[in-house]
Amino acid sequence: MYAGNLKPGAIPVQTEAPVAMEERVQPLAGIAISTGGAADAVAATQPKIVVRNLNTYYGAKQALKGVSLEAPAHRVTALIGPSGCGKSTFLRTLNRMNDTIPGFRMEGQVLLDQEDIYAPNVDAVALRRRVGMVFQRPNPFPRSIYDNVAFGPRLHGLRKKADLDEVVEWSLRAANLWDEVKDRLRESAFSLSGGQQQRLCIARALAVQPEVLLMDEPASALDPTSTSRIEDLITYLKHDYTIVIVTHNMQQAARISDLTAFFLNGELIEAGPTSEIFTRPKEKRTEEYITGRFG
Amino acid sequence: MSRRGDLVFRVLTAFGGTLIFLVVVLMLLQMLEGSLPILGKAGLGFFAGATWDPVRSVFHALPSIWGTLVSSFIGLVIAVPFGLGVAIFLSQVAPRWLAGTASVAVELLAAIPSVIYGYWGIFVLAPLLRQVIEPGLAGALGWLPFFQGPAFGVGMLAAGLILSIMVLPTIAAISRDVLAAVPVEQRDAALALGATRWEAITGALLPYARTGLVGAVVLALGRAVGETMAVTMLIGNQPTLSLSLFSPAYSMASIIANEFTEATTVPHISALIAIGLILFVLGFLLNAGARLLVWQMDRRLGGERA
Repeated sequence: MYAGNLKPGAIPVQTEAPVAMEERVQPLAGIAISTGGAADAVAATQPKIVVRNLNTYYGAKQALKGVSLEAPAHRVTALIGPSGCGKSTFLRTLNRMNDTIPGFRMEGQVLLDQEDIYAPNVDAVALRRRVGMVFQRPNPFPRSIYDNVAFGPRLHGLRKKADLDEVVEWSLRAANLWDEVKDRLRESAFSLSGGQQQRLCIARALAVQPEVLLMDEPASALDPTSTSRIEDLITYLKHDYTIVIVTHNMQQAARISDLTAFFLNGELIEAGPTSEIFTRPKEKRTEEYITGRFG
Repeated sequence: MSRRGDLVFRVLTAFGGTLIFLVVVLMLLQMLEGSLPILGKAGLGFFAGATWDPVRSVFHALPSIWGTLVSSFIGLVIAVPFGLGVAIFLSQVAPRWLAGTASVAVELLAAIPSVIYGYWGIFVLAPLLRQVIEPGLAGALGWLPFFQGPAFGVGMLAAGLILSIMVLPTIAAISRDVLAAVPVEQRDAALALGATRWEAITGALLPYARTGLVGAVVLALGRAVGETMAVTMLIGNQPTLSLSLFSPAYSMASIIANEFTEATTVPHISALIAIGLILFVLGFLLNAGARLLVWQMDRRLGGERA
């Protein structure tokens, strides 16, 4: 049973919900999301993801300490911070990928469209269809280009060749890869370059028609040209998806994100509109990090 | 100084490498020479005929080839799914403390001498087959030619079953290592697309590991084909050619082990050596075939993997 609408172009381009200004993102304890000036562009959209007071543990070690953050719909939220600061852990709580790690434990709330994704009645497998993920290193399956993209739809019951053809073409077009691979869909995914492989992985994630796209340093293993193509793609995709991206690259965060959240030692130090974080950070530590004094 | 060391090292390794090659070639030549009398007399008919009768001095290889192939096939058909299941459990499902303990147990299984398996087969497996399993199979599936005839206990089925137990640790241990070496990103990629754990294993993990898994199966097949002691104790040692799995049979390795010391005539000795030659070539072909298979899969799907 493949619930998604498969018509190319009929992808749920969620029209900006008529969110009244009064309903805009509520500033949460500990983080100041400014609602004035440049922030209006960011705030005038519904929060797709709301995280409240999140603590996570790997065994006895605490990875995240009381993190609260919101990711608005159709915006790119960048998570920055030095290695080991918990940003990847945070990302992986949003689609419950951490569930697969023995000893992982979490407290707090993660809401997707106001629903607690850690509620007992929520199926993590079903959730991951709504919250797609792209990984740090391109990780295509050892299958053909076509079969990589068709993997998710097939998993969810799509069998008819015509339907699959349609989804594959649509996904590859959405990932801006179609023109490069349309004549070699049956070739191995490993025959592609690293940048193409990563776009293939994005196409693969898009093929199950998620609402949210999580990206864990998606360009860190790529050359500058491929990186810039991925960045263009992200900017284009945010019209249809809510994107949360972990990045080591400060310039990248500044270029592509609408919101930036700075993590340090498992704590969220500061979050807000990217333009403000990079020009007028409120916290000294944020400023030190983005100016390259540590990390 | 270092240049001289380099030279010594090079000569030593080249010597070792050449020696292995030479040993193989010498063995092949020796066996060819030894089997010439029977091959010269019977020609290709040696491989095709169904009789093995030392008394009348009529020797054909087919019964023992048949016994080796069928018993090994039975062994693999049973051991592959179980071994793979054990490997998936140990590498993906079991909690770490259990995986460690169970892995040791699996490896211990491989360390038991084959004569002990043979004992166990004679005293436990064969009576069980004779009294319970074979009558049951004959009752349920007796219309198939494989499950007809008297239940002896020892025979093709007993040999196949003991082989399945003996090659299980090979398959399980190698497959476990192969599966553990698959990058976790492969599994994560499938999970992130909304795959269940089972779907991630069958859809991402096993395909990625397939080359290594084929290797494990081929290694197990090699063990099964060459296994001598336990099979000799259980296969019944009758050079018959029967479709029935209950029937006693003979394998190439066990016919050599059983009769070589008693063989006095030239044709008999020569026939046994020729069977050794077949075993040798079969092992070679199995290996080559597996490599070809792996190579073809790689070419079709490409990429580096475990």
